[in-house]
Amino acid sequence: MQLILKYISSLSLFLSIGCYLQAQPTVYPAKAQTSAISIKGATIHVGNGQVIPNGTIVFDQGKITYVGEGAGAPAAAQSIDAQGKHIYPGFIAPVTNLGLVEVESVRATLDNTEVGENNAHVRALIAYNTDSKVINTLRSNGVLLAQVTPEGGLVTGQSSVVQLDAWNWEDAAYKTDDAIHINWPSIRYSRFGATNEAAQKERIQQERGILSDLLKDAKAYCEVDNPAVFNGRLEAFRKVFDGTKKLMVHVDKKNDIIAAVQFFGAFGLKPVLVGGADAHLVSSFLKENEIPIIIHQAHSLPSNDDDDVNLPYKQAKLLSDAGLLVAYGMDGFWQQRNLPFMAGTAAAFGLDKEKALATITLNTAKILGVDQTTGSLEKGKDANLFISAGDALDMKGNQIEKAFIVGRDISLENLHKQLFERYEYKYGQK
Amino acid sequence: MRKILPFCLLFFSFYFLKGQETFPVNGSHDKRPKKYAFVNANIITKAGQSIKNGTLLVNDKVIEAVGAGQKVPAGYITIDLAGKFIYPSLIDPFTTYGVPGEAKETRSFGRAAQVLTSTKNGPYAWNEAVRPETRAIDVFTHDQKQAEQLKKIGFGAVQTLVKDGIARGSSAVVALNTNSDNEVVIIPDAAAHYSFDKGSAKTSYPASLMGSIALLRQTYYDAQWYQQQKKEFNISLEAFNKWQSLPQFFEVNDVLDVLRADKIAKEFGKQYIIKTGGNDYQRIKEIKATGASLVVPLNFPKAYDVEDPYEANKLSLAQLKHWELAASNPATLEKEGISFALTASGLDNVRDFWPNVRKAIQYGLSEDAALRALTETPAAFLGATDRLGTLEKGKLASFIITSDSLFKEGNIIYENWVEGDKYVANQGAGKDLRGEYASTIDDFGPAKLAIGGKPGKYEAFISKADDTTKTKVNLVVDGDLLSLSFNPKGAKKSYRISAYVMATEPLQLKGEVNREDGSSTAWSASYTGAYTQKAEKNAGDKPLELGKIIYPFASFGYEQAPQATAILLKNATVWTNEAEGILEGADVLIADGKIKAIGKNLSGGGATVVDASGKHITAGIIDEHSHIAISRGINEGTQSVTAEVRIGDIINSEDVNIYRQLAGGVTSSHILHGSANAIGGQSQLIKLRWGKSPEELKFGGSDGFIKFALGENVKQSNWGDIARVRFPQTRMGVEQVYVDAFTRAKEYKAKLAMKGSNTRRDLELDALVEILDNKRFITCHSYVQSEINMLMHLADSLGFKINTFTHILEGYKLADRMAARSIAGATFADWWAYKMEVQEAIPYNAYLMEKQGVVTAINSDDAEMARRLNQEAAKVIKYGGLTEEEAWKLVTLNPAKMLHIDNRVGSLKVGKDADVVVWSDNPLTIYARAEKTFVDGVKYWDVEEDQKLRDLQQKEKARLIAKSLEEKGKGNATQKATEKTTMVYHCETLSGDNNEDVNHN
Repeated sequence: MQLILKYISSLSLFLSIGCYLQAQPTVYPAKAQTSAISIKGATIHVGNGQVIPNGTIVFDQGKITYVGEGAGAPAAAQSIDAQGKHIYPGFIAPVTNLGLVEVESVRATLDNTEVGENNAHVRALIAYNTDSKVINTLRSNGVLLAQVTPEGGLVTGQSSVVQLDAWNWEDAAYKTDDAIHINWPSIRYSRFGATNEAAQKERIQQERGILSDLLKDAKAYCEVDNPAVFNGRLEAFRKVFDGTKKLMVHVDKKNDIIAAVQFFGAFGLKPVLVGGADAHLVSSFLKENEIPIIIHQAHSLPSNDDDDVNLPYKQAKLLSDAGLLVAYGMDGFWQQRNLPFMAGTAAAFGLDKEKALATITLNTAKILGVDQTTGSLEKGKDANLFISAGDALDMKGNQIEKAFIVGRDISLENLHKQLFERYEYKYGQK
Repeated sequence: MRKILPFCLLFFSFYFLKGQETFPVNGSHDKRPKKYAFVNANIITKAGQSIKNGTLLVNDKVIEAVGAGQKVPAGYITIDLAGKFIYPSLIDPFTTYGVPGEAKETRSFGRAAQVLTSTKNGPYAWNEAVRPETRAIDVFTHDQKQAEQLKKIGFGAVQTLVKDGIARGSSAVVALNTNSDNEVVIIPDAAAHYSFDKGSAKTSYPASLMGSIALLRQTYYDAQWYQQQKKEFNISLEAFNKWQSLPQFFEVNDVLDVLRADKIAKEFGKQYIIKTGGNDYQRIKEIKATGASLVVPLNFPKAYDVEDPYEANKLSLAQLKHWELAASNPATLEKEGISFALTASGLDNVRDFWPNVRKAIQYGLSEDAALRALTETPAAFLGATDRLGTLEKGKLASFIITSDSLFKEGNIIYENWVEGDKYVANQGAGKDLRGEYASTIDDFGPAKLAIGGKPGKYEAFISKADDTTKTKVNLVVDGDLLSLSFNPKGAKKSYRISAYVMATEPLQLKGEVNREDGSSTAWSASYTGAYTQKAEKNAGDKPLELGKIIYPFASFGYEQAPQATAILLKNATVWTNEAEGILEGADVLIADGKIKAIGKNLSGGGATVVDASGKHITAGIIDEHSHIAISRGINEGTQSVTAEVRIGDIINSEDVNIYRQLAGGVTSSHILHGSANAIGGQSQLIKLRWGKSPEELKFGGSDGFIKFALGENVKQSNWGDIARVRFPQTRMGVEQVYVDAFTRAKEYKAKLAMKGSNTRRDLELDALVEILDNKRFITCHSYVQSEINMLMHLADSLGFKINTFTHILEGYKLADRMAARSIAGATFADWWAYKMEVQEAIPYNAYLMEKQGVVTAINSDDAEMARRLNQEAAKVIKYGGLTEEEAWKLVTLNPAKMLHIDNRVGSLKVGKDADVVVWSDNPLTIYARAEKTFVDGVKYWDVEEDQKLRDLQQKEKARLIAKSLEEKGKGNATQKATEKTTMVYHCETLSGDNNEDVNHN
């Protein structure tokens, strides 16, 4: 068997060389930054609203050491000329099953949904497949970090923030077990609308009861440092109660949003809202309660026939204008390469461009609790950034030429580029 | 009990069998004369004709005479109906009286086991939904309870049918008396019935509305063929043919379905009588044009409970408007001169019948029209005018006796005579006690007694003769006996009277006052005159205020349809898609629906000049692969080949996604069948003429296309273990499906060409022959290179052409072969990883195909993405590097070419259709918004008008919600607000059983 494997791998190596190709397995994770790099002449989009035209950014040992005008920049061993180009903080894709799902329709490739209603103890990180062919197709569009998140049930489990260039999940971990995710009990809609509402309401009551008991038990359990009997589901909440782990509640409808916020508020918790299709209808309530929100992708149809046809495109602006901390989330995994265009769409519909950028960078970092090290291009933060030939929020300008994760010069190669090259070769186009 | 049962049986059998000629009688015969004379009545013989002081003579089951001054011959029981009215009894032309109730639809494609042919034994039709052999009369038996419910509200006869299947067989007309089944049957086979619902049929086909339509059409052709052959016997087709001479009824539940049913009728030279959903007013012009007669329900929605604003939010404009306008439907039909009957079927409760009839009258229906719609018209529909519908000599003695004009509020139906049998609809019918009476009551003294309300529900008051202070009287009437009690204000005691009604005229009540000490004193009250109650305020007094009908009847519908006007768009960046390329500072002149001129410094004559400085003007976007604007199912994938089904049959003009896509600059969409089978259905190209009817949405004059599909959907890879029956399950099998289909098509074509052959018209093969004859063109859903290669080779060898590969995510691997055969490719910009066959789908696909000379387009297959196709096209600049002009053509000129409509649309060229978009920016940037979208020179989208439309819509909703609250405040019944979701279809959507275009409740 081993012999056969060896044969196959050498065969594929041979094939790849023969086709001028590097197969995906030879797209290596980058080595640690060894010397200071300075990128000059670019328009720097800091991520916090600030834009530095013709600026310089310097980073060393993975950390940003300078951001500002070219004049005051320190010297660096390596210098990159980025005249006329743009530098952005790496985009962050929150709440995604990236690396947990490889082929949506093939069950064996699905590691996103555990069975059961309460899986507070399950951890996405250890199932995150750094060798997924999808990951590299995100990086080449500027997405450099992701919050890998389980799905399904009432309490779905724990997500982790990963950076997208790693040998294994251990190396990928950027913030381990950053949040517990809860699907707020609410009316489920089939394609025919809400069916059997009475029974559904009963279920909702029941599920809220389960949640309430769970939170009470967890709170009591976590008051003791070493409980006599270990309970993984309750233990998972320890850091939620001490404020170092986020609680993310997935909820869409107006009344449910209010109910959920009140519910967790009673336990002294401030959840992050995920989804929030109706959030703009309760924005002042959310503002009063200082609830941040990861909204659903802009590229959606309005949920009601009577809604403004562009409501999903405008929602980020509505919430941002209401003073809320807003980030964009998206469905799925491969789709995440379009994350930049969610921000672009928000900008097209009235949100200031740099504020729009923040919905996929600094705001996301703040919401995920990683803004100390990433989300913006500021001195002392990790050098998670990329150079784009044009406006990265616009598909026309989103041409990523170089990207760095913690200062490491990562490969922008991916399966799609390789196949492209392969057929350009076939047709003699190159 | 054991003893009672035989007794009961004996009793009932005696009762039921009386009068049946052929039945033996247990004991002595008891045959009664049954001769009646109803005298002094107001007889309404039919709408608009009445006889004052008339006489109606009934002999057994039949009217012997009717008229004024009629002499009553000896031997007749005389019934004096002074002050009362006689009407012909009502006819309900659409019930399931006395037969099993409606069969539940079992459509569950994709979720249930696959059943390919009938599971029914015997020489029946291949499909269980085709069951014309059903005769309602075979399963009919009178139903005492149902009959009484209907008789109580005035019905005397009904059409009853078995509501199951697409061809439902024959109905019967029966009277509602409950003597014997043999005697109540008026017409045993009255009419033939059809619907789009497959009912209890276990066969998987049809799973969609378009499948139902195709099945019915094919059945007509099969029946025609059947008559000319002797090879086989078929009970179903035999019956189908037999019923063709009867009136043909078709049941639907939505206005668009009325149009769909009528289209079938016209194809086969029929005229259906269509039972509608009651929302015909929403497309009245088209309804009138059908010339069809209608049976219309009175199922007006109850007001919505909108006290909770959140609940109110769930309601769409269309739901609220239908609530308000539903009751105007009959009036609208009358106004338009459409022949219609009313039915009580579809009411939650038959008690709602009269309130709803009166509501329809309040909303403008004339009383004459209402009476006709309940008597003469249904009789005519059922071919029963010789026996039903009016009061004339020789007709059945079915009539009702009422206290008042039939439609007057408070009218009471006392008796309902059916075929000469009396049914007492309302007890206490003997004497109407309403009026004012003079009386003296013991120590209370001279008093005035007033009885109001209505029989059965009297309201009585008493006051002293010299005082106006009224005291409520508790009045209980039991036949001719009554009791009264009251407790005057300030009095320490109450008065109790027991009395009876004297048989004198004027009315007199006589009895005694019962004193507390047990003694009593005589009492009487004499009628002094009518009691006029103070008119209560009711809605009828207020002028009726109704909102306007909008087209389409959906969110963002127009009250007034936008018109084509001449417009000169000045000084823009104009993307011509022609040799001229992109023109800066140019003008575009639109008039008469066409592009009249393009160039600098144009003068437009009388055209409205619009400054378009800084704007970009392009041809409208054309979506090669769309599934919007359809009703009830995009996939008829229950067989491997369903070339007979047509998207054109199920266009839904009321889908809000049409408007949403106009907002994204889309002007034409190619609506495709799904991808569940190798040969799917015929597609339909539409223009997004928002507000127009389904037929008017059709592009017009374009070539027909058909959907083929390859890969995982066709072989059912991802549908679970339930889908392991239908062939094919592998790509190998897929090839053979095509080989077989086209071989059959060729044989069929040859047979058709032979003179004198009775070749069965086969709608499925017709479509394939059209392909072979280059009259219909293929767009084939495809993913991986092996299958694409297979189909290209197969087409070569079988002699047909592939026009387009759609999706074609591995097109880049075979682009050279496609180009060599002039096959076009329509693909996604960047979709992949959602299933196995898209593992090598790459966003460079479009670029590589385009560069190899394949006519390439970016399509949507998604109602959301379709409104951003400009952005999807822009991705091909990013992935591969097309120029902007090339990229723009991916969603305009190229799809026009592959749909053979580039002579009309796809570029800005003088003489082409004015399908034009004005953009705020370069349409390939994410920042561009469509500001104006024109189709045929009509501006259907305007970013500013949209804001106005939304404001208007919000106001209208607020008005309707306030009105609903008012209804609830009046104590009227309400219903819970339920959200209606618009179904969004994709290629792979299997289910068809949604109700997106059914506007009830």
